[in-house]
Amino acid sequence: MLAQRKTGFLNRLYLIEIIQGLLITIRNFFFHKKVTLKFPEERREYSSRFRGQHYIKAVNEIENCTACMLCPTVCPAECIHIEAGEREDKEKYPVKFEIDVLRCCFCGMCEEACPKDAIKLSNIYEMSQEHRSVYSKDFLMEQRGNKS
Amino acid sequence: MSFEMSFMMIKIAVVLAGLLAVVPIMLFVERRGSALLQNRLGPNRMGPFGMFQAACDVLKFIFKEDSPPGHVNKFYYSLAPWLAVIPAFMTFAVIPFAGSMSWNGSEAIFQVANLDVGILYCFSVASLGVYGIIMAGWASNNKYSLLGSLRSSAQMISYELTLGLSIVGIIMVFQSVKLGDITAAQGETLVSIAGLDIPKWGIFIQPVGFIIFLISVFAETNRLPFDLPEGESELIAGYHLEYGSMRFALFMMAEFINMAVASGLITSLFFGGWQLLPGFGWLAGQFAGTEHAQLILVFFQGVSFVIKVAFWMWFFVWVRWTLPRFRFDQLMKLGWKVLFPIALINVFVTGLLIYKGVL
Repeated sequence: MLAQRKTGFLNRLYLIEIIQGLLITIRNFFFHKKVTLKFPEERREYSSRFRGQHYIKAVNEIENCTACMLCPTVCPAECIHIEAGEREDKEKYPVKFEIDVLRCCFCGMCEEACPKDAIKLSNIYEMSQEHRSVYSKDFLMEQRGNKS
Repeated sequence: MSFEMSFMMIKIAVVLAGLLAVVPIMLFVERRGSALLQNRLGPNRMGPFGMFQAACDVLKFIFKEDSPPGHVNKFYYSLAPWLAVIPAFMTFAVIPFAGSMSWNGSEAIFQVANLDVGILYCFSVASLGVYGIIMAGWASNNKYSLLGSLRSSAQMISYELTLGLSIVGIIMVFQSVKLGDITAAQGETLVSIAGLDIPKWGIFIQPVGFIIFLISVFAETNRLPFDLPEGESELIAGYHLEYGSMRFALFMMAEFINMAVASGLITSLFFGGWQLLPGFGWLAGQFAGTEHAQLILVFFQGVSFVIKVAFWMWFFVWVRWTLPRFRFDQLMKLGWKVLFPIALINVFVTGLLIYKGVL
């Protein structure tokens, strides 16, 4: 049911209301802080928990990853592909570590599942590319992260 | 070529160039102003403050492909934008943009045509503009377009009535339909309060008429809150839905030029037209007695006129981004049941006051 509001004669003329509305908009025009971000010059600050571009954490240029296959198992998008191998200084390591970014949904479950603190999602969000790319291991080994 | 002829040519060129310049300026003001009113920034990439954005928009319009859809009536489809834009240009002819000056013994008036019918010409030509809109809606062969033009015709006819009645008071007071006479008469002083001269501007002697005229003129130019013919949210774009490229740009031009004409009419009828703004009289007085005193006075009158028109143009944009759109029945109710009786009463009261010798 429509509630019948009691309005006086002056209210129903709307002239004063319209002038008040005009004053509100002109106040916004002159004084209100503009919410637009001038993107290339200004960047938005995201929280440190933001999930962006992936990388594999390395210590002394050796990846933390032991190719335990937990992340491809947990991945809901099935975008991680690992081929394990053996190395003298390290029992097991990923020969191939590929992430199909087009399939990745940035849920961060790989990061949660990883027992070795190897796969990480950084704060980088400018990831547009001209071609469909699969992140190779070399690309992922770049320490672009800012997470401890 | 005689002096009168060349002077007339110059006046026509100035008015046409001014009206054409209004379009890109208003494009920019509309986009940037609307953004700033809504706490956004708007286009700010091209040039200082994004001023060349309008040039980019125009370039885009020119280079777009202009292909009429297969289901339209080609002849009327291509005729309609011109029928919308040409009356808009014609209307400005009778609006004076500066006072008169004597030149080589003859009097030069700064008005393209000082017709005896004056303001009546304005309204008759402005009402021709609705043909373009109806034709566009009908030729488009599209339900939304037709609904838009249907609304537009009903709205324009309803509000033309109140538009005409609202200025009857002004015509009665100044006893002329010539816009030149009306503007010149507004230079007189109405009352002096503590040494402050209040001029005999239309708004001070016809405040009710002014409000009705303002509302009607918004409906006449199809601007929000009365933009039902092109209501984006209900009719997509209304009558210019099937138009693209420069043909759409012509409709847009017609809208902006109609705004300019409406602002010019508001200024000439109610805000003293080219009468000097406060402060400009003193400025022009500094040049009194010099060789070009007359020319400088006319220049300041022109500047005053442009400033007043610019304010009302801005007011159109300002209102557009403040008020929501009317519903169609509300629009008709406002026009016929509210504004029409008030306008009639205003005419009677004005007549009574003139009879009693107050005005």
